[in-house]
Amino acid sequence: MIPMLPKATLALPEIILAVTAMALMMVGAFRKQDATRTCLWLGILGLVAAAWALVVVTGPRAVTFHGQFVSDYFSLFMKLLVLLGSALTLVMSQDYLEREKMARFEYPVLVVFATLGMLMMVSANDLIALYIGIELQSLSLYVVAAFKRDEVRSTEAGLKYFVLGALSSGMLLYGCSLIYGFTGTTNFDLLAKTFAGQGAAQPSIGMVVGIVFLLAGLAFKVSAVPFHMWTPDVYEGAPTPVTAFFAVAPKIAAIALFTRAMTGPFGPLLAQWQQIVVFVSLASMILGALAAISQTNIKRLMAYSSIGHVGYALVGLAAGTPSGVRGVMIYMATYLFMNVGAFACILAMKRDGKMVEDIQDLAGLARSQPKIAYALAIFLFSMVGLPPLAGFFGKLFVFLAAIEAGLYFLSIVGMLASVIGAFYYIRIIKVMFMDEPARPFDLPSAPVSAVMGLSAVVTLFFFAACWPIFAAAQAAAKALQIG
Amino acid sequence: MIIQALAFYVFAAVAVASGVMVVTSRNPVHSVLFLILAFFNAAGLFVLLGAEFLAMTLVIVYVGAVAVLFLFVVMMLDINFVALRQGFMRYLGIGAAIGLVLLAELLLVVGSWAFAPKARQMADSPIKAPDEITNAAALGRIIYTDHIYLFQASGLVLLVAMVGAIVLTLRDRAGVRRQRVGDQIARRREDVIEIRKLPANGVNSGGAGE
Repeated sequence: MIPMLPKATLALPEIILAVTAMALMMVGAFRKQDATRTCLWLGILGLVAAAWALVVVTGPRAVTFHGQFVSDYFSLFMKLLVLLGSALTLVMSQDYLEREKMARFEYPVLVVFATLGMLMMVSANDLIALYIGIELQSLSLYVVAAFKRDEVRSTEAGLKYFVLGALSSGMLLYGCSLIYGFTGTTNFDLLAKTFAGQGAAQPSIGMVVGIVFLLAGLAFKVSAVPFHMWTPDVYEGAPTPVTAFFAVAPKIAAIALFTRAMTGPFGPLLAQWQQIVVFVSLASMILGALAAISQTNIKRLMAYSSIGHVGYALVGLAAGTPSGVRGVMIYMATYLFMNVGAFACILAMKRDGKMVEDIQDLAGLARSQPKIAYALAIFLFSMVGLPPLAGFFGKLFVFLAAIEAGLYFLSIVGMLASVIGAFYYIRIIKVMFMDEPARPFDLPSAPVSAVMGLSAVVTLFFFAACWPIFAAAQAAAKALQIG
Repeated sequence: MIIQALAFYVFAAVAVASGVMVVTSRNPVHSVLFLILAFFNAAGLFVLLGAEFLAMTLVIVYVGAVAVLFLFVVMMLDINFVALRQGFMRYLGIGAAIGLVLLAELLLVVGSWAFAPKARQMADSPIKAPDEITNAAALGRIIYTDHIYLFQASGLVLLVAMVGAIVLTLRDRAGVRRQRVGDQIARRREDVIEIRKLPANGVNSGGAGE
């Protein structure tokens, strides 16, 4: 037997990111002055190169590395979103890092490593690969959450995230071990075959317990209720560019992993997990809408808003159909732009060189800085789901899929939660447009304004370019179903 | 055969006895030393099972690194172990109850355990009998081929852990003297040694430096 090395071309984007991260460490270690800025832009370059490689190497569904790594149109779509989210947040953070004296070259290195972990999560086709991807991502995120190590809030955020993250990893692993114990395999394709072979027979109770633990671990990673407790504290405590990063790329990757795991290997067990996902989704939407009302800190508010958004995305997954998956993908695409844009606006909230985070600080922004105010208004209206902005299409497709699948109660409650949620988004708009102006903010830096403008344009004119995205999502959702 | 059985009982007995001593000895340093003894005996048991690679790893990783780390922690941190032990009697009841439940579960599992009839064919990476191939070769064959993806990814996880530890704790302090090997090598005799002629007066008029 001659050992054969597996084909590695499919993982070219991952390899590029790994090499980039390690090269950045060399650059940072040997270059003394302005290493951070160099590393930051080189990191962005690496992300762009990975995106290019991704588009080149991805074709129809193929597995490699002994069946542990899968590449299909679904992974292409989700990975592009992840890479875009990481790159945009890196662009936004340069100015903040330098101003807040946390400019160390490890920041881009860790962000690139986290992105690598996310790509591995999206492409995981095995329970072990899933776990290692999650750990690589989480470990990097714990560190960047505590990156402002001299500030108590930041270190507290990092520690909280670390302890709770370790707990959730434990639950996830316990679930994986039960699933392995009852099926004898960790490979997604083999799991799907095993369950499909069972037909209508009930899976054993241990198997169901395993799936529940796996779901609990994944729900923690997407911060869905009832595993959301860490989110507001971590979002508030972490430095703002890090919060922007947390809110976008890891969420997309975790939702992608959730979707792949549930519709792929556990697809035949829809009856077992559907009720759990329905509950998690309902609870997230309701809590996201109600708890955000009383918030005064805009970062905390965004945390509850992101919990709500995860709930809406899971509505599509709860349907368990290809059109549901398509809804999830479109939802995450719109979520990316409106959230990146909103965080660009939050990063622009600085007065006399100091960040401010209260909603009241936005008072009268429409008169003092109309550009930021209108951009933020676009993002918030999009989050409400007002047509024809991007967020409307996301909500439309997940609810359509849920109604097709007969989940009427879920759809009705979801729409009601969306109406309640509109209250706190519109309250911010009221503060910006109708209240007496507070002292104006400093001018935002060029990269932040650029990201803000780009996101605003995409959110505003999403309807014009949405058909190719819908078609891509449709094809990707179909590709996933083979499982 | 009899020697093997004898060796097994010796290793097992010493492992269990030192395990008990880890928990009961008063001095924490003694506890760590007994822990090391337990590791050595467990390694012996692995050798008897034909898992020599695991035995070596156990000695190198656990005895060489983890136990030494424990020793450092025990000796450097001022932990009051007597205070930690207080309340032993208070929790004895609930602890014993949990222990009994676990024991009962274990007995049930052992009683009803059976390998699936097709388990051997379904094994992910079938491995030959230990006398045909060594552990290290068998592991190497799958770690560096079938599982290279996971192996490399785990390496990256460890790298991130290292970067994280350095980022969060390393501080550049002013006034730290570092060894600069390059400067040391580049030093020449002429730069640092100065030869001065001292006036010969009195003490050793034999003529120093002439």
